[in-house]
Amino acid sequence: MMAEPMGFFTDTTVCIGCKACEVACKEWNQLPAANGGVRPLSGDSYDNTRHLDGIHWRHVKFIEQFSADRRQGRWLMMSDVCKHCVRAGCLEVCPTGAIIRTEFDTVVIQSDACNGCRDCIGACPFGVIDINPVSGTAQKCTLCYDRMKVGLEPACAKACPTESINFGTIADLRKMAQARLGQLQHAGESRAYLYGADEGMLGGLNSFYLLVDKPEVYGLPPDPRLPSRNLKSSAGWSMLGAVIVALTSLISFRNRGSRDV
Amino acid sequence: MSSTFFTASPHWRWLILAYFFLGGLAGGSYALATLLDLFGKGRDRRLVHLGYLIAFPLVCVCGLVLTVDLGRPERFWHMLVQSETFHPILKVYSPMSTGAWALLAFGGCAFLSFVAVLAERGWLDRPLLRQLSPPAFVGRLVTVIGALLGFYVAGYTGVLLAVTNRPIWADTTLLGLTFLISAASTSAALLILLGSWSGASDDSIDALERFDASVLVLEAVVIAALIASLGRVATVWLNGWGFLLAGMVLGGIALPLYLRWRSPSRGWRWAIRPALVLLGGLILRAVIIFSSDQLT
Repeated sequence: MMAEPMGFFTDTTVCIGCKACEVACKEWNQLPAANGGVRPLSGDSYDNTRHLDGIHWRHVKFIEQFSADRRQGRWLMMSDVCKHCVRAGCLEVCPTGAIIRTEFDTVVIQSDACNGCRDCIGACPFGVIDINPVSGTAQKCTLCYDRMKVGLEPACAKACPTESINFGTIADLRKMAQARLGQLQHAGESRAYLYGADEGMLGGLNSFYLLVDKPEVYGLPPDPRLPSRNLKSSAGWSMLGAVIVALTSLISFRNRGSRDV
Repeated sequence: MSSTFFTASPHWRWLILAYFFLGGLAGGSYALATLLDLFGKGRDRRLVHLGYLIAFPLVCVCGLVLTVDLGRPERFWHMLVQSETFHPILKVYSPMSTGAWALLAFGGCAFLSFVAVLAERGWLDRPLLRQLSPPAFVGRLVTVIGALLGFYVAGYTGVLLAVTNRPIWADTTLLGLTFLISAASTSAALLILLGSWSGASDDSIDALERFDASVLVLEAVVIAALIASLGRVATVWLNGWGFLLAGMVLGGIALPLYLRWRSPSRGWRWAIRPALVLLGGLILRAVIIFSSDQLT
């Protein structure tokens, strides 16, 4: 029986950048440390994780915007994760069938079936997936499928001290997000909006966000699309090329001038 | 900014470059051999044989390179068979899935044509294998199907790149066409080079050179269309990669055409022309693969 679609609603306005979600994710999923635990400092940010990859399935982005003289500035925090798209590019291209949609409407990579071809990495519109160097397979957030199966909430949402990360049914989360959006707009925060909360973006993101600046500022694509959008026209142009090559060969190989015997 | 700039690189590097280049040569050589057999003269037989003899070893190397490039090489068979149910898996909307099947089927045709040539030349003493050579019906069927699959193998790699969300690759739909035309020009160059050394008739080589010159002109037009189709994204090539691409167009297309126009006969420098075309095909793929890989 299909369970109700589950997901995350992340309210970035209350994220304090504590990275408890990152730690809880690595702890629960037993993700290895990079470089033997010696992580080079970024040098230009208080964030040293920098991006999601095969061993970082949660990443708290620090958007540090300061004027040149450092007199003016602001911090934006956003706990980034797989969006568990309703129409998922990674699932679309995976040749092995390792990427599946679960009964919770989430997208999971089965590590025992993945052969590390990496097609899904380039297909993801959000740059979420990467290779786990220990397993040699593509990996990303599973929305703690193992915890959900036994009625527990994902480790990151459990650890979040400010309730920036909210876990629940998509229907409930959308109501919660609309209420919070209304509250912020009523308080004068007119820049607030929801990113990926409706079907317009890849059929809906099962992990969606409340943001207060353009998506690009948070490192999110303004117009994420499925990789298959290019399939028909690319294939059509290629077939035309094959026909032209065949015709060129017909002309070149048939006509031999004076030696045409 | 295009939404493709917010994605992560799949780390497809040297082995994938090698596969794209050698796969183009394998598919292109086989397809050209079949076209030469269909539309050419009896004296082209040596070049036809050469095309089939090249294609099979190349497609074997392609399979090996692709397997080594996997994160888990021992699971290469997961491309074709579901590991849990052992049922065949084919996703028609995934170029990697269809490409894996096409490569397998093309490998089969290339093998049959390879042994057919060995039999025809008397290197394999099995009269039944002669049936695999045209004009025998089975032979004709194998080579025509193999040529269609050869075109597929030569072009699908560009479609594979387009069916991602990566910058440059997913910002145009002309990469499949570009790779296919490039595969035709490089395969013709390889056949010219090896055919001349192995004693193919001058008339056959001339026909192939005329073909290659036409395809090179077409390739220049396609590369111009590719750059135009990228729009503002093409500005990412305003660096060393763009310089390399310009060098490829000048050295791998314009210069061979100029040398052919200037000196159509085959003097001691004739080998420079096909060698430049081959190098150009390699550089074209390197620019397209690596310039996107460097954009995070």
